[in-house]
Amino acid sequence: MDSNQQRIVITGVGLAAPNADNLKEFRKKLLAGISEIKEIDLRYFGPAPAGICTFDETKYRKKKDNKRGTRAGCLGVYCAHEAMADATLDINYYDRSRIGVYVGLTEHGTVETENEIFNISQYNYDVNYWTHHHNPRTVLNNPPGEITMSLGITGPHYAIGAACAAGNASLIQGVQMLRLGEVDMALAGGISESTGSFGIFASFKAQGALAEAADPRKACRPFDMGRNGIVVSEGGCIYVLERLEKAIEREARIYGEIVGYCINSDARDFVLPYDKRQAECMQQALNRAGLNAADIDIINTHATGTRQGDIEECKAIRQVFGEAPSTYINNTKSIIGHAMGAAGVLELAGNLSAFEDNMVHPTINVTNLDPECALPNMVLNKPTQLKSVSTILNNSFGMVGINSVIIVKKYED
Amino acid sequence: MTRDDIKDLILEIIKDIDEDADFDALQSDQPLRDQLDLDSMDFLDIVMELRKRHKLQIPEEDYPQLASLDSCVNYLEPLLKNA
Repeated sequence: MDSNQQRIVITGVGLAAPNADNLKEFRKKLLAGISEIKEIDLRYFGPAPAGICTFDETKYRKKKDNKRGTRAGCLGVYCAHEAMADATLDINYYDRSRIGVYVGLTEHGTVETENEIFNISQYNYDVNYWTHHHNPRTVLNNPPGEITMSLGITGPHYAIGAACAAGNASLIQGVQMLRLGEVDMALAGGISESTGSFGIFASFKAQGALAEAADPRKACRPFDMGRNGIVVSEGGCIYVLERLEKAIEREARIYGEIVGYCINSDARDFVLPYDKRQAECMQQALNRAGLNAADIDIINTHATGTRQGDIEECKAIRQVFGEAPSTYINNTKSIIGHAMGAAGVLELAGNLSAFEDNMVHPTINVTNLDPECALPNMVLNKPTQLKSVSTILNNSFGMVGINSVIIVKKYED
Repeated sequence: MTRDDIKDLILEIIKDIDEDADFDALQSDQPLRDQLDLDSMDFLDIVMELRKRHKLQIPEEDYPQLASLDSCVNYLEPLLKNA
């Protein structure tokens, strides 16, 4: 067992999801399977289902700062402040220079660049009309940087680029930096503003991987025979991470302990996932946690609703969890869409409350389960009540062959 | 544009940048940045808006002329006389 200095716990959660702006509401909607995916109209592209967040954008900073900054920064500032408040942490509790801010991003700058090209198109592409805000908006550290400016944090901040595995990757970074003694507290999570980019939608469509459905709430259907692609969502989720020793000292509410993790690479293909490496990633995370597959109560799958992606992940789960009859499997994207850089952390947050209510929220929109995706204990269309939940394994995979897995354990004295 | 029109134009641009800007106590002969929540990037927004709205290309060496509301009006009056 690691010492309490090396044990890292989650003590605060701040989030903005397409169906909620706080954890309590998020949990409620996930258990009820309430999707608020809607159709949006994108410049050049036209209509597409998407997840858009509704939250109080001026709760923690002025409208002027939202105009100057980015949508990702706006989401990040909201989530970071909410996480601090949820952790009942005053910003002065820790030395501000000893707080690290680590934010996972699938991409950044795409939205701002597209907007600016559109802007100069109104002026005959005269670059004299290109905004001076472009560089500070598009530097990769923009979202975590906006968080530090808003909270007055002077410790390190940077973004982790790991495609759609980025949220988990940032959480892992936060754990590592705390264990290394580089910081005393971390704000770690992920953000996505991808719904502002027509290019992201157009690229998925060109790849045959963009979801379509008459009812946008039914567009994201992982594991279902009728699945036809990804629903792009925006979102954010930031966690307060602390050393267990400190969390106990200040009598913090402890959501869970991050006991295992792994990041690995497929080293194979730009877009296609690879079950073998995904299985290795899950196994390595279990090994690091000192757990067996049978010890895991819930797996939050990464499955995005693409034909091959869902099958590959299910193959990987079968390899690792074939002999784990008490492991339940769900998918959060079916309800909120794919929040890209925020996906891993938002989906983990959606499951964290299971440590208290012992419920597993469902994968919705499964009317005809794909036999190639069928696994024991899939929680489909309605929630499942378990006797107890003490471990969650969270998968998050991304393009260019990156896999990330996090295991969180319920904290018990 | 009249001097009053130019003054209104500048205030309108500032309001677009910061809708919370309060002009009640604004002294027109004092630097805008000392009285309002404006920094160098906001100042460049004013320059950009003048370019977009009135095709004015203000050279960088003239930026100090836009420091106060009065100096803005003085500087822009001949440039916007036909606007």
